[in-house]
Amino acid sequence: MKIAVLVKQVPGSESVLPINEGQSWINEDPVTFVMNPPDNFALEEALLIKERKGEGEVVVVSMGPNRVQKVIREGLAKGGDRGIHIEEDEPIETDPLVIAKRFAAVLKDENFDLVLTGLQSDDTGMGQTGVLLGEILGMPTATLAIETDIQGESIRLKRELESGWFQWVQFPLPASVSIQSGLNTPRYPSLKGIMGAKKKEIKTVLGSELDASSRSQSIDKVFVSQTSKQTEVIDGDVDVAVQRIAEILRSEIKVV
Amino acid sequence: MNILVVLEDNQGSLHRLSREAVAGAQKLGGSVTALAIGKNAGSLASELSSYELEEILTVEHDLLSSYSADGYSEVVTQVIQSKSPKTIVVGHTYQTRDFMPRVSAKLDIPFIPDIISLSDEGFVKQVLNAKLNASVSSESDQIILSFQSAAFNDEEMITGSSAITPFDVELDVSSVRSTSEEPFQEAAGDVDLENAELLVSVGRGIEKEENVHLAFDLAEVIGAEVSASRPVVDSGWVDSFRQVGSSGHNVAPKLYFSLGVSGAIQHVVGMKGSKNIIAINKDPEAPIFELSDYAIVGDVLEIVPKLIEALKN
Repeated sequence: MKIAVLVKQVPGSESVLPINEGQSWINEDPVTFVMNPPDNFALEEALLIKERKGEGEVVVVSMGPNRVQKVIREGLAKGGDRGIHIEEDEPIETDPLVIAKRFAAVLKDENFDLVLTGLQSDDTGMGQTGVLLGEILGMPTATLAIETDIQGESIRLKRELESGWFQWVQFPLPASVSIQSGLNTPRYPSLKGIMGAKKKEIKTVLGSELDASSRSQSIDKVFVSQTSKQTEVIDGDVDVAVQRIAEILRSEIKVV
Repeated sequence: MNILVVLEDNQGSLHRLSREAVAGAQKLGGSVTALAIGKNAGSLASELSSYELEEILTVEHDLLSSYSADGYSEVVTQVIQSKSPKTIVVGHTYQTRDFMPRVSAKLDIPFIPDIISLSDEGFVKQVLNAKLNASVSSESDQIILSFQSAAFNDEEMITGSSAITPFDVELDVSSVRSTSEEPFQEAAGDVDLENAELLVSVGRGIEKEENVHLAFDLAEVIGAEVSASRPVVDSGWVDSFRQVGSSGHNVAPKLYFSLGVSGAIQHVVGMKGSKNIIAINKDPEAPIFELSDYAIVGDVLEIVPKLIEALKN
């Protein structure tokens, strides 16, 4: 069982996000980066599948500038067997098709049985990579998996639908599956894992050498959203705030 | 045809986001064709028959009796190849996220997802956990767009007339590789969140399971139901049938009173239609405050007990 897990490095949820000078993205200098939280669930699921099978290989794959080696190393510390780094010059690639084509170029000759991705990335949130990649590699795909069950040469998945509905689907391997967050409890790396990860292989491939296709969509500008809503901010003394909320409920929204 | 809207079957009737997608497509301008797929295609199409559409294509096939990513992406691909629309529009739903990227990759058409509005500079979507917006554009001559919940108002659909035309597709058994079992619901519960007039919604800021009673106590005092955000449900503190957001319920109550909900995009799509929003959160930067009418910066654990006392008096 050979499993590829795609992990992205993204700004942490607590990080500052200053917009850069050209307004094209954020200025990364003060940003704290973390493993994209949804990908952490995909990584854990890959490790659990390997452990349940009692054999296999989990390959941690990431794309981005040099800094993303940190999340690959984190994946290896948690139990990944080796890493692949698709090195990009740009701080961030925002075109999902370009991203998927580059991953496909690297993964196609590896003959993975299963490709796992997280639900979506916390930075651009395009939520497409796993499905695009599956299509390009000729694999069946599914998204929002909340339970996985390898049955011989096929995989059976519980998928989350909307409004509290679920569905089981099954298809043959190899396949690309995107994982819904919350389906497992991602482990922390052990000290032994961290030490061991230093010796594990990370292969670096240059992204610019993989795919010549031109950019088909791009993020041109980022900006702070301007809401039209008039928001009353209530800040400061707790008792004053409580009185004001009680008044809003009684006299303004009239629900009490 | 300029624009193709792919409709979604929500258990026999048209998905709300498909109606909004039609409204959005009409706003983009040009002639709009809709596509209904599957065993309910006829009834979905008839729901749109009194709106201004060039035509409504219906596709039925034995292999499309239940949804599959393979089947649906193949159908949409064949329709695009036959009709050559410039723009393909869908609602941003779990189902379209599941199969539209396949269409994008099959035909090499860029897919700009989760659009909240149109601007002169491009399509606006939220990025970085909804803390910033981004405008996205494409130079491709064909694009796929998905519109987030409430990006457009389905009441603004332009009325008129349209013809329903069956469209033939070629599908064989080998093109649908998955088998799907019947969808089912877990822990349905007897709470009708979607019709509740008042909701007290509990988020991660409640900190511990022992504190969740504060939400129920406040709800009791004001006669509200209790809903929750996903992290709280995932932690097992509140039943999953109370979840609001993209994986839970869509609500639009008279009052949405959120306690320690940060306002992640997946939650916000399920509640932003609420008439009045009060939010308490320790983090003054919490995204929930942006759509709140009343933003209370403070500790839920400190404020709520005092508020309950104040309301009882």
